[in-house]
Amino acid sequence: MSLDLILRVGTKLILPFILLFALYVQFHGDYGPGGGFQAGVIAAGTIILYAITFGIRAAQRVVPRIVAERMVPLGILIFAGTGAVAMLLGGNFLDYSVLAHDPVHGHEWGIFLVEFGVLVTVAGTMLSLFYAFVERGR
Amino acid sequence: MSSVLPHLPALQVVIPLFGAVIAAFLRRGALAFAVALAVTWLMPIIAAAMLWQVIETGPISYAMGGWEPPWGIEYRVDLLSAFVLLLVSGVAAAIMPFARQSVTLEIDESREAWFYCMYLLCLTGLLGITITGDAFNAFVFLEVSSLSSYVMIANGLDRRALLAAFQYLVMGTVGATFYVIGVGFLYLLTGSLNFVDIADRLANVGPEQFSAMVAALAFVSAGIGIKLALFPLHAWLPNAYAFAPSFATAFLAASATKVAVYLIIRLYYSVFGGAIDYAALPISEVIIVLSVAAMFIASAIAVFENNLKRMLAYSSVAQIGYVTLGIGLANQAGLTGGIAHLFNHAVMKGALFVALGCVFFRVGSCLLNDVTGLGRRMPITMAAFAIAGLGLIGTPGTVGFVSKWYLAQGALDSGSWLLVFAIVASSVISVVYVGRVVEIVWFREPTSKAVIEASDPPLSMLLPLIALTAAVVYFGIETSASAGLASRAAEMLTGALPTAELPAGAPE
Repeated sequence: MSLDLILRVGTKLILPFILLFALYVQFHGDYGPGGGFQAGVIAAGTIILYAITFGIRAAQRVVPRIVAERMVPLGILIFAGTGAVAMLLGGNFLDYSVLAHDPVHGHEWGIFLVEFGVLVTVAGTMLSLFYAFVERGR
Repeated sequence: MSSVLPHLPALQVVIPLFGAVIAAFLRRGALAFAVALAVTWLMPIIAAAMLWQVIETGPISYAMGGWEPPWGIEYRVDLLSAFVLLLVSGVAAAIMPFARQSVTLEIDESREAWFYCMYLLCLTGLLGITITGDAFNAFVFLEVSSLSSYVMIANGLDRRALLAAFQYLVMGTVGATFYVIGVGFLYLLTGSLNFVDIADRLANVGPEQFSAMVAALAFVSAGIGIKLALFPLHAWLPNAYAFAPSFATAFLAASATKVAVYLIIRLYYSVFGGAIDYAALPISEVIIVLSVAAMFIASAIAVFENNLKRMLAYSSVAQIGYVTLGIGLANQAGLTGGIAHLFNHAVMKGALFVALGCVFFRVGSCLLNDVTGLGRRMPITMAAFAIAGLGLIGTPGTVGFVSKWYLAQGALDSGSWLLVFAIVASSVISVVYVGRVVEIVWFREPTSKAVIEASDPPLSMLLPLIALTAAVVYFGIETSASAGLASRAAEMLTGALPTAELPAGAPE
């Protein structure tokens, strides 16, 4: 492990920027290319890169397997829950207009929430798949 | 109640989706089962409320996300979709109590909750295909139900379940891709994805684009043909049904192919019906020939099948043939028979596969040689099997008779005695394969130790079986609910066809 010093330091340097880029893709999805799916993949990529460089144990100290697996249904819960809240507030399912004081803000909030749900599910799925393959045979 | 009523179309799909998510969180088999049971029992109530609403006030339209159709996704419930919704949710509710013991036996404990999660996702997908009025949304739900059913099948005890699931995955993906290519053609032609809107716009498509329309029709027919196991495209079905867990087989056999049939009826009659003159294309002939081939060839294979689950799976391919025959006949009586057979076959196959699940629960095998003399040890189970088997044959007094009666009438209306003969003759083959099982189970002495020690399964498995078997007899005598609704749905569909007013030369 001591030989790949450049790799380890380089990874540590680059990780926060990858995560930041994931968040940029997530929040800039309204205006440009991007959104929850791409951001989820990039965010999961940071953990996967960490696992490749520092080993699977270190990565699972950051995001344990159980957390990754629970992120999958959690994201769907956020997505569908947004829809259900819209329904409780008097709109149709997933009608964002009723989420805030006026329809424009409602749509902004609604899309933000469901895209966050997508991010959580996609990142959880990527990580769960990665863990499942890496842990095979252990 | 009045505030819930307008949201029923969304709730029909959203509640099982929430159920699936909760089941995934719980991770305990027993708790996940409780969620699945509660959700599944709620579904037919919602479906029945919507059916009642449709009968009283006409089709329901629900704008998903508040976007008005045809721009947004529309959930549209008319008589046919309400009927299929009630069918799928009702049969699922009847089978559900059976799941507890059967799944505990056949699925590894750590996977039970995931299994129920997959079941609920599959239910979400199937109900979603039926309720949506949007061609692309139907594709999404088709994938939701298919992907979850691959997982359910792969969980079978036998290692061959993995191969069967993979085979189904490859075939199912091809089918879904073909469907979405067809939808792509439709979108190109009309610029719309809403079924009703597409139908309106297709009527104005010029003759120079006719071939694109035919290509769309061909792609969706082949794609959904794979999903509903139309005869030469059925190769995935026998192994998938044979090696899946008993509960998954009973549920999928009773619902998955039925929903695919619904989708093709919807496309043929409600979408393409107004634009394509079916008399000018050989499509009806092709469907009838394939249906008759399914009725004979698949039944004949079933006669020689030693694994009872595979036998019933081949019988399913044959029975789907009767349904598609009704679609191909495309007249009032024939289509009534086809739609009624959707319901009737779901009830019968549900009962038969639940009975086999009970057999597997007690004997640990579904091979014909291993169940010799089982009738004396599991009398209620095997009696139910025999009654539901009589339904498959089409004995008067069971549901099978009702649909075959309408089909024969439809064949007569189209002036074909040969088809009437085919319906009767293929029923004779089913006498052979059902009779063979009944003979071995009831009229021989038990030989193997497992059979001698067997007894009827616990009540939670027996009650669903009895309920479904009672439905086989009840709906065979009281036909106003099943065939009556099917007839009204068929009237609505054939009424939408421009060619319905006397096709040239047909003796009406």
